[in-house]
Amino acid sequence: MNNQVWVNDVWKSFDGGRIEVLKGVTLEVTQGEIVALCGTSGCGKSTLLNVISGLEEVDRGMVRVAGRDVVEESTRVDLLRHHIGYVFQLHHLMPDLTLAENCMVPVIAAGGHRKDGWARLHELAQATGVTHRLGQRVRELSGGERQRGALVRSLMNNPELLLCDEPTGALDESNREKVFELLLDLVRERGRTLIMATHDPELAGRCDRTVRMRDGRIEGEASHG
Amino acid sequence: MSLWRLIITNLRRHRVRTAIGATGIALGVATMLSVVGLLGGAVKMFERILRTDSQMVVFERNVSDLFFSNVPVGLVEELEGQPCVKDAQPVLFTIIAAPDRPVITCFGIQASDGRLKRGEWLQGSAAAFRDDAEGVVLGERAAGFLKAPVGGTIELGPGTYTVVGVVRMENGFENGGVFMPLAACQKAFHKDGVCSVVSVALAAGHQPDEVKQWVSKHHERLIAMENDEFSRSYSQFKIMKTTAWVVGGCAFLLGGLSVTNTMILSVFGRIRELAIARVCGFSRGQVARMIFGESLLISAIGTLAGWVLSWGGLHVLRAVPQLQGYIEPRVGWMEVAAATGLAVLTALIGAMYPACYAARLNPAQALRFE
Repeated sequence: MNNQVWVNDVWKSFDGGRIEVLKGVTLEVTQGEIVALCGTSGCGKSTLLNVISGLEEVDRGMVRVAGRDVVEESTRVDLLRHHIGYVFQLHHLMPDLTLAENCMVPVIAAGGHRKDGWARLHELAQATGVTHRLGQRVRELSGGERQRGALVRSLMNNPELLLCDEPTGALDESNREKVFELLLDLVRERGRTLIMATHDPELAGRCDRTVRMRDGRIEGEASHG
Repeated sequence: MSLWRLIITNLRRHRVRTAIGATGIALGVATMLSVVGLLGGAVKMFERILRTDSQMVVFERNVSDLFFSNVPVGLVEELEGQPCVKDAQPVLFTIIAAPDRPVITCFGIQASDGRLKRGEWLQGSAAAFRDDAEGVVLGERAAGFLKAPVGGTIELGPGTYTVVGVVRMENGFENGGVFMPLAACQKAFHKDGVCSVVSVALAAGHQPDEVKQWVSKHHERLIAMENDEFSRSYSQFKIMKTTAWVVGGCAFLLGGLSVTNTMILSVFGRIRELAIARVCGFSRGQVARMIFGESLLISAIGTLAGWVLSWGGLHVLRAVPQLQGYIEPRVGWMEVAAATGLAVLTALIGAMYPACYAARLNPAQALRFE
């Protein structure tokens, strides 16, 4: 299997080096694999996701996604446009745009054809059950609908790799289960790779592999056959 | 859905802020077009005072103002003796005072001068204006404020003159002025034998250079210029035109600050959104283009409003009875294009800092921003 993500001895600190968040993290994720990053708050899960997506630059070490070094700005932009989808704990949709318009933002960024974008939007909206809400402004949607909308947006450019930072963390129990099931289905059906940061051991247990982080380091891993 | 849709949406959701930014540009455009238009009109009116049916003007070299120019009247005869000159007319420009009116423009002219023939005679006739008499002709407005009927007398400066006619002139300065026989004017102002300028009409088939060379050769102290050349080089006109553009430029500077302020608020108010756009694949350039696009749209709205404001304002000024004849705004395509170009430039410069800030935003840090 090809390595989709390759992180080698990555160090990352903030505040001029005073706060070390990643301390020599090494991680490999193969194509189609579903990986849960677990650990307490502040252990470096979100920073690791940001480093993989290129949103944060590393101090030391190497990050490679789809065989490309995440160093140059142009590579990062290209990966975010065509290869990586990102879902946050908070949906981060633009409140004054409709859900459909929000979902089309990645298409605008990538300079994609509007017609293809709309076709893809309708396909994903159907799969996530938000077709009837596409014309609504974000402020008119429920929490679960917003997070499903964020999921649709992350998949608009058909990314190979989906990074999720506690995607169900802000949802109630019923919505949490629905959104997580949907996420797994979408990723598995399409053979995509998923790396998900989560506090929830139950959700982590349903992934292919769990990577446990502690104090900026990888403490251990477990496969779930 | 396009980048423009995002731009328009952002401007629409902060309507007041957008309106304030556009107002700054609108005032800049309106001020520039109005001031340039008004002063341009004033310059044109001055030019028309100088020109009767002539193509050239002769005056004293190196004077800052034509009121200080002394040209010997004998030059008129010399010029008319040249084959290249069809007609030469002396004019003495002065400022004269009347009781209750400290400043009235006075034109010392000969009866053969074409300017009185251009006017509409309301009282009296051109025949009554004679070179060897001391009868004066009043512009319509001057007749109004001097309250002097034809046949009556008025005090002007050191003397008393008989009013021999009232004429309606198109030009506000002439309509509010007094036409005096040249000899009487010279006597009143102790300018015996001199005038301010001599306007020259060329004989058919002759070139202005012939007059220039002749004047240069025979009267070193004087200079001959074509009317357009004079307009371009006359320092008073230059000062007026420069003033107009400086005032307009200052208005644009304020408009630019207003756009910068609007765009800074716009960027700082949606740092997370900009970060999300970056996460969705927007490049730094795309983010900057979005901010510049917003600024340009504000500028476009402001420019349109500025056109309407200046057009309306100038029409209102034109309709004010007291200003009739003095306000003849001239707003050409050049002025409109320059004001629009400045508005675009202002928008681009005004958006530069906010666009750079937005483009350099670290998306991960910005998403943590509260």
